[in-house]
Amino acid sequence: MQKMNIKPVRFAVEVIILVVLFTVVQYLISTGLLNQYYQINLTSMCINIILAVSLNLINGFTGQLSLGHAGFMAVGAYVSAVLTMNAGMPFLVSCIAAALAAGVAGFLIGVPTLRLKGDYLAIATLGFGEIIRVVLQNIEYVGGPAGILGIPKLSTWPWLFGSVLLTVLVVVNLVNSSYGRAIVSVREDEIAAELMGINTTRYKVLAFSIGALFAGLAGALYAHFFYVIKPETFNFLKSFDILVMVVLGGLGSTTGAVIAAIFITVLTAVLQSFPAIRMILYALILIIVMIYRPQGLMGNKELGWKIFGRLWGEKHGPAEY
Amino acid sequence: MSLSLPFTKAHKEVAILIEFTQQLINGLSLGAIYALIALGYTMVYGIIMLINFAHGDIMMVGAYVGFFSISVLGNNIVVAMVFAMVTCAALGVVIEKIAYRPLRNSTRIAALITAIGVSLFLEYITIFLLGPNQRVYPAQAFTVTNYHIAGLSISNKDVFVIACAVVIMIILQYIIKRTKTGKAMRAVSLDKDAALLMGVSVDRTISITFAIGSSLAAAAGVMIGVYYNTVNPLMGIIPGLKAFVAAVLGGIGIIPGAMVGGLLMGILETMVSGYGSSLYRDAFAFGVLILILLIKPTGLFGKNTGEKV
Amino acid sequence: MADCGVKNMALLNIENLHKSFGGLSAVLDFNFHLEPQELVGLIGPNGAGKTTVFNLITGVYKPDQGSIEFNGNSITGLHPYDICKKGIARTFQNIRLFNDLTVLDNVRIALHKDVPYRLGTAIFRLPGFFQGEKEITQAAMQYLEIFHLESKYDELACNLPYGEQRRLEIARAMATRPRLLILDEPAAGMNPIETRELMGLIRWIRDEFDLSILLIEHDMSLVMGVCERIYVLDYGQIIAQGLPEDIRNNKRVVEAYLGEEVG
Repeated sequence: MQKMNIKPVRFAVEVIILVVLFTVVQYLISTGLLNQYYQINLTSMCINIILAVSLNLINGFTGQLSLGHAGFMAVGAYVSAVLTMNAGMPFLVSCIAAALAAGVAGFLIGVPTLRLKGDYLAIATLGFGEIIRVVLQNIEYVGGPAGILGIPKLSTWPWLFGSVLLTVLVVVNLVNSSYGRAIVSVREDEIAAELMGINTTRYKVLAFSIGALFAGLAGALYAHFFYVIKPETFNFLKSFDILVMVVLGGLGSTTGAVIAAIFITVLTAVLQSFPAIRMILYALILIIVMIYRPQGLMGNKELGWKIFGRLWGEKHGPAEY
Repeated sequence: MSLSLPFTKAHKEVAILIEFTQQLINGLSLGAIYALIALGYTMVYGIIMLINFAHGDIMMVGAYVGFFSISVLGNNIVVAMVFAMVTCAALGVVIEKIAYRPLRNSTRIAALITAIGVSLFLEYITIFLLGPNQRVYPAQAFTVTNYHIAGLSISNKDVFVIACAVVIMIILQYIIKRTKTGKAMRAVSLDKDAALLMGVSVDRTISITFAIGSSLAAAAGVMIGVYYNTVNPLMGIIPGLKAFVAAVLGGIGIIPGAMVGGLLMGILETMVSGYGSSLYRDAFAFGVLILILLIKPTGLFGKNTGEKV
Repeated sequence: MADCGVKNMALLNIENLHKSFGGLSAVLDFNFHLEPQELVGLIGPNGAGKTTVFNLITGVYKPDQGSIEFNGNSITGLHPYDICKKGIARTFQNIRLFNDLTVLDNVRIALHKDVPYRLGTAIFRLPGFFQGEKEITQAAMQYLEIFHLESKYDELACNLPYGEQRRLEIARAMATRPRLLILDEPAAGMNPIETRELMGLIRWIRDEFDLSILLIEHDMSLVMGVCERIYVLDYGQIIAQGLPEDIRNNKRVVEAYLGEEVG
């Protein structure tokens, strides 16, 4: 099987593409060719990708509808802001702490909540997301309803790029492993999965916590670019924004989540002056996708080297998995 | 001097009792409103197992229709309410036909996501067409008078809301228990396929359920407009959610449960906000919801059913 | 070592099992034992409670009363995944495959409970991951080969023809390396030829893998042809047990199936 020689080549090509992408954008930013407007959108895009990919892990791969993702983003945003500003921590430490805090929050909320099924779970997560928001609204130390202002702008392109890369890599590596298969089996048929020896609650909580963790990372990046964070920013409408991305991209496709996140970011930028129209479009996306193409753009397929393999008419063996 | 001490103590206790009763009355009106909205949630869930996320927004539409009926068409409050109820009944039927019926055989999650879409649609189309600002219910709709009995202050708004709610609930009970439609509704909610085999028109019954539920929400919307004086496009979200909690509290799918749940939520909320902190008033509803879901998801009146393997 | 006496040679030992649903007794006073390498059948009219018994054994339902012992250990009230890890696997009356996953993945999931690498190794793609995946895939392909499904490894489970879906379910159950395999109406929907093949397969599995098999079946030719001992359930209670010839001639059993007095 000459397949054996292709793998390192493909890996090298992937790395080259990423390096080129990173360098080009960095160059455009440093030389000022990418102005403020584009930088804002680029940042939003990266944050949205992280949010969509992490929510997709919960909603798409594990099949558990979570409507409170913005709450974990809030945890990450606030923890990182407090650490950077009040404790003088370096950005890396703040980000790690933010992600971990959100992950722990995900675990604590997940354990009781993930025993519920279907719509009950969805509503409970919505409830927890709102509780987080209301609690933050009432803590004077973090500014109450006014929130935190003057957060240093530390989310530069290398941080964003690296975070997106990390998120996608972790999720993809997780999904393409035995643990990922266990997670997907929970979505496919929970009872059959249990009878095959899989502790479904444990895997639901695992996916939920990891998803929350990356939402926290996204929150930290958000806080350190957009200067100010308020509890209102992380309400259920934000959770719905992320849901729209995941639904559009395809519940169960990381590639879909990335593409949809990019699309939604562009849409938001284009419709900046018409927020009502944007929301109407989101609403229509949710309704139309669910009725006419519930698998979204990508279904549960991914874009990958297999496409080229098919173009060349190759047949691959099970080792390709 | 020694004569006045026991007098003041008794006076204080009476004052506490009066305060409590006052809160109770305030809570009753709020509870009646929640009950009306909760009924719509519970009826729809009982019949097609869907949490109609858009229900609170139908209430909002009802409030707006009432507003226009009074301010533009110059109707009185009762006509406005009926008008709103009829309009929203139609709206509910249309929504069911376009957005929910195609998904009747899909997963519950798919239907829930669509319902979220419908909710967002109603909210933002209203913002788009009528602007995001609130409108004030014209004062001529309802001249407010306050009655003072035994130290309690009762407004005729309270009387109106509670009276309307009672009348509507009695009519609803009659429809459900005594009419063929009601029987069909109960049959479909118990076993759709069996009802179909028995000759019940499932589609029509579901449409009627949506019509009734939506009209109840519309009534509640007009009442909120009268009671709180203002309407805005996003007014359906929070009350809708609280009413949903009320429905779950009583036992989702169980009609008396929605009534009791609504009243309880109204009274509890007034107590929390009166005696406790109004800051946490909204989170309180969520807290109740999560507690119910974790402890007894079938609610006060619900029974447990497991999945057949 | 439990001191319950000599009777504990049995692989599966059930005593006084009771289960009701909302006041209705589904299973009543159920006593049952199964030896290593035995092939036992559980038959009875529809609604007799056979699948309920399977659900109780595999942990899907918790019994109201009674005990279930497997391999000397109590498994009463354990979670299904723990019971699976102890060595009991099953198939379902209505096939429950992971429909949107490939044939290969269906089997690989069954191998997950013994995954040879840790979560961190998977996420960070350490060497142990690649080796482990190779092992899992090879083992899964071996099971597929045994059941003649290896050429379809890449197919979605929902796209397989019915007979192959049933075989895949058995292959998947076998991949959990059970000591007791429970089959719930494995011949449902099969024609006589397929049923005969299935009979051979069941016997072969029992011999080749050194395990016990317990099955529910309505097809009497399969039950009589394959089972060494039979229990008959009616209205949740055992009305007869013994060798196939005895059961075949048992008046109570015939009555239960026909629903009326005979002779």
